[in-house]
Amino acid sequence: MSFFPYVVAAWLFVIGLYGMVTSRNFVHLVICLAVLQSSTYVLLLSIGYRVGGTAPIFAGVPVGTPAVDPVVQALMLTDIVVEATVVALLLALVLQLQKHADTLDPDKLKALEG
Amino acid sequence: MKRRGRMIFFLLSAAAFAGVYLWGLRGLPAVGHYRGPYGDVLNRVATYERHVTDIVTAVNFDYRGFDTLGEEFILFMSVIGGSVLLRRQREEEKSEHRDDNLADESPERQAPEPSDATRVLTLALVGPLVVFGLYIVAHGQLTPGGGFQGGVILATAPLLVYLAGDLKKFKQITSHTLVEVGEAVGAGGYLAIGLAGLILGGSYLRNVAALGTTGTINSGGTIALISLATGLEVAAGFVLLLYAFLEQTLEIQLRGEK
Amino acid sequence: MLFLQFTILSFVAVTATAVVLTRDPAKQAIGISFYGLVMALMFFIFQAPDVALSQIVIGAVALPLMILLALTKIRRHEDEQRAKHKEKKAA
Repeated sequence: MSFFPYVVAAWLFVIGLYGMVTSRNFVHLVICLAVLQSSTYVLLLSIGYRVGGTAPIFAGVPVGTPAVDPVVQALMLTDIVVEATVVALLLALVLQLQKHADTLDPDKLKALEG
Repeated sequence: MKRRGRMIFFLLSAAAFAGVYLWGLRGLPAVGHYRGPYGDVLNRVATYERHVTDIVTAVNFDYRGFDTLGEEFILFMSVIGGSVLLRRQREEEKSEHRDDNLADESPERQAPEPSDATRVLTLALVGPLVVFGLYIVAHGQLTPGGGFQGGVILATAPLLVYLAGDLKKFKQITSHTLVEVGEAVGAGGYLAIGLAGLILGGSYLRNVAALGTTGTINSGGTIALISLATGLEVAAGFVLLLYAFLEQTLEIQLRGEK
Repeated sequence: MLFLQFTILSFVAVTATAVVLTRDPAKQAIGISFYGLVMALMFFIFQAPDVALSQIVIGAVALPLMILLALTKIRRHEDEQRAKHKEKKAA
């Protein structure tokens, strides 16, 4: 049962990818990309976890107490904020696409017209 | 390839991917029995070496400060890209007289006035929200917080003003030039602090400021300064994105419309 | 592994599936806001308060806001296009 977080991470990745592949609306596709990114958070979180450990903050707590890994938390923290701006950039692209191609369906986009 | 063929191809390759992924993760230690040395070493020495109590912020801005510099510039470039994409284009015009009451549009698109309850609540929350955001930014090296979290909290304060009023009031309180300058100062400040480390200490981003006493705000040396610069940059970046989206949604329209 | 971690992880998996299987983007915006809150709860239970702070603000405020603004602009643009076509047909 201690393998369960890894299974959840793999499931999130696969279901996000499934949503992106079978999407009929570009905004739905961008949101599925956000779900796919959250699978990496679950993976990083479960790598650094220690049973019985506390948060790596030592304000008022003596320094020797067992704590979880702070390095993976630092990686996740900046990633979440950057994810939001990347989603904003993708939504701006979708807006401009809708103005020029008049559709939001990935299947209806014609090939590049020369 | 037809849609059905694409689906079958995807399902097979997704199953194969999931199998290889889980097989590769088998070699890691079981969840909960963290073995690796770096986390334990950092938990033990960071408080003595840098006089901070929040190890995650110390890792972010000191031990792995160069990676955070890269991430912050990804944010910077995304904001630039979003603002460029949402610019007014040649065949569009900006309607100066339109606010989001839309009195001359069809009735079902007329946005209702914010109710009194909304107005009172949002305006009452703006002050405490700004103070709370600044508190989170300033205490990043003591308790959970830091530049990134506090910056995003600060960026939601102008949004509350927009909810209470309309776009014109939002534009009045956030001067676009000032926010742009703020973002540039934040991003450039991070670089400049790194250069100070290079000049005074011998390596880029070295912690050269006075370390102070553990447990007070004045601790951590350059960690506190970098946290402030990052908070400014993240807040200004999000306000710029919000500005571009709101302007695109409410003001820009095709040329030739009313 | 404790019972609490097991429960919250299953909750995350179920909510993610629900978000992906909702096809209408306007409903999905509400779904992703709830998903952000569930993820923040998971970060708390796994002893990561810094990350939970980030996730609460981003996942519950910034992300659904931008999605809803984009959807409003798309719908407004579609209305303008339809009005233009009607004018052209009438002329």
